[in-house]
Amino acid sequence: MSSHSPRLTLPVGTRDHARGPADAPVTLVEYGDYECPHCGMAHGVVQAVREKLGDRLRFIYRNFPLNTSHPHAMHAAEAAEAAGAQGKFWEMHDKLFENQQALEDADLMRYAQEVGLDTGRFTQDMQSHAFADHVQEDFRSGMRSGVNGTPTFFVNGQRYNGGAQLEPLLDALERMA
Amino acid sequence: MSRIETKAVMPAKAATPLRVGSPAPDFSLPSTPDQRVALREFRGRPVILAFYPADWSPVCGDQMGLYNEILPEFTKKNAELLGISVDGVWCHLAFAGQRKLHFPLLADFEPKGAVARSYGVYREADGVTERALFVIDGDGIIRWSYVSPIGINPGADGILAALDELHQ
Repeated sequence: MSSHSPRLTLPVGTRDHARGPADAPVTLVEYGDYECPHCGMAHGVVQAVREKLGDRLRFIYRNFPLNTSHPHAMHAAEAAEAAGAQGKFWEMHDKLFENQQALEDADLMRYAQEVGLDTGRFTQDMQSHAFADHVQEDFRSGMRSGVNGTPTFFVNGQRYNGGAQLEPLLDALERMA
Repeated sequence: MSRIETKAVMPAKAATPLRVGSPAPDFSLPSTPDQRVALREFRGRPVILAFYPADWSPVCGDQMGLYNEILPEFTKKNAELLGISVDGVWCHLAFAGQRKLHFPLLADFEPKGAVARSYGVYREADGVTERALFVIDGDGIIRWSYVSPIGINPGADGILAALDELHQ
């Protein structure tokens, strides 16, 4: 029998989107899917733990689109990355999770306008799938790190196996902070 | 082996999964109402056996759904993925259709759990299989295995690492 202790294989780096200070004692990495209802619920939980922990927490989001069950997830992930290229990743990220029922391409374009993107550049990036490789790289890193569904969290590099509700997650984070 | 020895080696409660290096017991199980899949058909290629407790797990990207997304990676390594549970073929058919699964789900239904038992991963008390993974090489030898706590989806990292090692 092999031992099995899933750890993040791709370290957090400049390729990632981060909220919170780089030197925070706790780093929470989420692998998520914008069309996944469980991730939608977890979005509120993550907001709450960020508020509670403040500068003690750095939050990283990576894409893990489950395309078979969520046909809009890939484009939504690309849209967030395209917004990221214009410095608005988190604005788009929040929009997508707040509007999980409306993720058609036309909706993504509307959100691009609402968060103040250069829509010409956004359209071009979406049409050329400029960020599909980045999303794939996120996915593959998750696959190699023991992501076992969405959302999957890693706390300081170690897979978190508890529930995605506020209390257990906050508890796990506070033990590290 | 006499019956007494069998009892001594295999206590009634905790079944012991077959060890790495053991030959993988052959089997032939139904994958649909009119088709069967036998392990020996895949000689020469790696096989991933994924025993799981039951169809219809309620979460997004449950274990079988996750493996379905990762299937292209397994295919790149020329590996065949087989899901196995004690559910019947009609149940598997409905589940695979609803989740759009593109790999066979085998019904270890009659005699119930016989294949899981032969791999040492049947839970007598619950009447379901463990959440257990086996990677079998092209010669039919078990090269990696993992039994996850029943409630924890083990993900795919261990399988991928085991397939990498086969290719080295």
